[in-house]
Amino acid sequence: MRFTNLLPGRGSALANGLERTGELASFVGEFFARFWKPPYEWKETLEQMDEVGARSFLLVSVTGLAIGIVMAMQSRGTLAAYGAEYALPNMLALSIIKEIGPVFTSLVLAGRLGAGIGAEIGSMRVTEQIDALEVAALKPFHYLVVTRVVACVFIFPVLTIWADTIAMIGGYFESLIASGMDYRVFFTTAFSTIRFADLFVDTMKTSIFGFIVAIVSSYLGYNVRGGTREVGQAAMRAVVVSSLLILLADVIVVRISLMPPPPSTTDH
Amino acid sequence: MAERAATGGAQRPRGEQPGEDHAGNGELAPNRVAEVGSGPPPEDTIIELRDLHKSFGDLNVLNGASLAVEKGTSAVVMGGSGAGKSVLLKHIVKLLTPDHGEPWVKGKRVDEMTGDELDDLRLSIGYLFQGGALFDSMSVEENMNFFLNRHTDLSEGERTDRIEETLSWVNLADTAPKFPAELSGGQQKRIGLARAIILQPEILLYDEPTTGLDPVSVRTVSELIVRLRDERGISSVAITHDLLCADIIADRAHFIYEGEIIESGSLEALERSNHPVLRNFFGS
Ligand SMILES: Nc1ncnc2c1ncn2[C@@H]1O[C@H](COP(=O)(O)OP(=O)(O)OP(=O)(O)O)[C@@H](O)[C@H]1O
Ligand SMILES: [Mg+2]
Repeated sequence: MRFTNLLPGRGSALANGLERTGELASFVGEFFARFWKPPYEWKETLEQMDEVGARSFLLVSVTGLAIGIVMAMQSRGTLAAYGAEYALPNMLALSIIKEIGPVFTSLVLAGRLGAGIGAEIGSMRVTEQIDALEVAALKPFHYLVVTRVVACVFIFPVLTIWADTIAMIGGYFESLIASGMDYRVFFTTAFSTIRFADLFVDTMKTSIFGFIVAIVSSYLGYNVRGGTREVGQAAMRAVVVSSLLILLADVIVVRISLMPPPPSTTDH
Repeated sequence: MAERAATGGAQRPRGEQPGEDHAGNGELAPNRVAEVGSGPPPEDTIIELRDLHKSFGDLNVLNGASLAVEKGTSAVVMGGSGAGKSVLLKHIVKLLTPDHGEPWVKGKRVDEMTGDELDDLRLSIGYLFQGGALFDSMSVEENMNFFLNRHTDLSEGERTDRIEETLSWVNLADTAPKFPAELSGGQQKRIGLARAIILQPEILLYDEPTTGLDPVSVRTVSELIVRLRDERGISSVAITHDLLCADIIADRAHFIYEGEIIESGSLEALERSNHPVLRNFFGS
């Protein structure tokens, strides 16, 4: 019976899910335990950054451009109806920088990198390459996992800033074509109400998303058992799970960042 | 190659191994392994696996496997597919830890080792994986260099020489710039062997060193294993299905069945065993 499989108990979906969550948590724990310790794979980390950046640069650029143009086209009509078309650049900048840029970029990267990391580490597992590193005292966890996590934590914000920039340029081109707006007017109104602190928080939260994508995908790849079919499954799961966790983390981060600052005692 | 076979000590006369008695009557020597809990094995025993049990979930793979390897000798483990041969071998380097039993290597319990001690032990062991396990993002040369780079102080020139020399032992000197995907399965296996010996280990573990090789390469590889034993005193455990290979390299053979070593002795003795499983395996 399928229904009973969902009920709590050994081997049920719930128990299985909890077990997986527990394993993922201990994998994250292992990351933090090992991150501080040698060997520090600087060279391999740089190579991973290069790889991550190079692999996703075009994808992220196209995503950014499309977001900018589409958002400008969509919002123009709505704003015009209220006679507020002049607010378009500012509205664009706010929504792109605060939310759409970071989340969209991270989701696209989750698809690109999650599948890549899951498949790469997974196939190294099933072809015993990870065992080969292990018995040669080459610390596969450092070499494969720590490097990828660190690379993603650094590269996600960088690619997000790039995507935001391209999106704003896309928005400007839309404005240029639709209303012949001057670029100085566009960009000064765009950034008139944006504070650096906002920009910083909203961009840096993608480091968390990068961490999620890399650690989840590494975990799934590292623990593959079986053959090519299981590797494919791990890659697919890496994308699904990291995308869902990005959305969940976003809700949490936004909730926290919108909390009112604690009342300062000196005011009273 | 043929010359080396004749002179390289490949056919070490059987029956000279201590603890063996098979004076032509096919009698099998007992597998001399001490009891669990009786402390370290004698000094000339480099590997001793005592009563290893290992399960994965509900699957019992090892059910009390025991075997001992003397320093400077080559042991061969034979048995059917899925009998637990690879699992057994992985216990020697702590890629797996037993549920019960004691794996002793160089006088110490491997399953209890951690950190630098484990790293040092692992560095004294070369491991040839069943599928070669070459790093597929690296060329053959980089595969070999990766080990040298991180574990030796050799200069670049010395490393290149060492790589060239080692590759020539497996007759694949010209593959250095190639990537694993460009090589045949048998070539990958031989590169895997070259990589396993590049750090000049004391112990070598071979998981089916000759599977997928043509008969000429089987001889080359088997004779290389013998040469490593005779010239460098390397102790080894080799899993193999290949009778030619076993015949060339085995000082002592063990037969594993359902996770247990059921017979040990010379290869000849195993071949003459009356045990139905062995008779079936050797087709006699
Ligand atoms: N890490 C693991 N997790 C779960 N099951 C495993 C694991 N490793 C091995 N097994 C199972 O243990 C059994 C024995 O595997 P092993 O690889 O030792 O066989 P083998 O004797 O080497 O066979 P072959 O000659 O085909 O290589 C198999 O059924 C295998 O599926
Ligand atoms: Mg095997």
